[in-house]
Amino acid sequence: MKIGSVVGTVVSTINAPVFDDRKLLLCDIVDPDGTPSGGYLIAVDVVGAGTGETVLIIDEGNSARQIVGLDTAPIRAVVVGIVDEVDIGG
Amino acid sequence: MQLGRVIGTVVASVKTPGLDGVKFLIVQPLDRRREPWGRPVVAADGVHMAGPGELVYVVGSREAAQALPNTFVPVDHAIVGIVDEVTP
Repeated sequence: MKIGSVVGTVVSTINAPVFDDRKLLLCDIVDPDGTPSGGYLIAVDVVGAGTGETVLIIDEGNSARQIVGLDTAPIRAVVVGIVDEVDIGG
Repeated sequence: MQLGRVIGTVVASVKTPGLDGVKFLIVQPLDRRREPWGRPVVAADGVHMAGPGELVYVVGSREAAQALPNTFVPVDHAIVGIVDEVTP
């Protein structure tokens, strides 16, 4: 999984059916210390995360399909948690 | 998924079985500020309605084929949504 920082949202009306009525979040990928590492993902939100929050993102198809309950959906990235704290090196 | 701008189309009469009827578009990947990011890719149109000039989002790797009617096909990028609005 990856740590992300929610920076915005993406809205669409013409999309694959799996994205109907789902919130898409624009997330910067960040290092454990919160520094943006350069990339970003558009991820489906299943936890009610919002802009400014640090989140946990799964970027793997089988897991994503399991979460949305559709075994033939074109989906990979899902926000699966809201991060309270990251501690490195104790 | 990532943002992209449709910049062209690809027509291929001779294709591997399973790709018949699949529309292929040239998509320039964009960063989240909608600036070009990397090299253009050929993406299957999973929404059947995308066209040149449109802002879309694209799923990559194995999941791309899941956007098509026949899911056991050799496709590595697919357009799965046409963007109405991005914030910021």
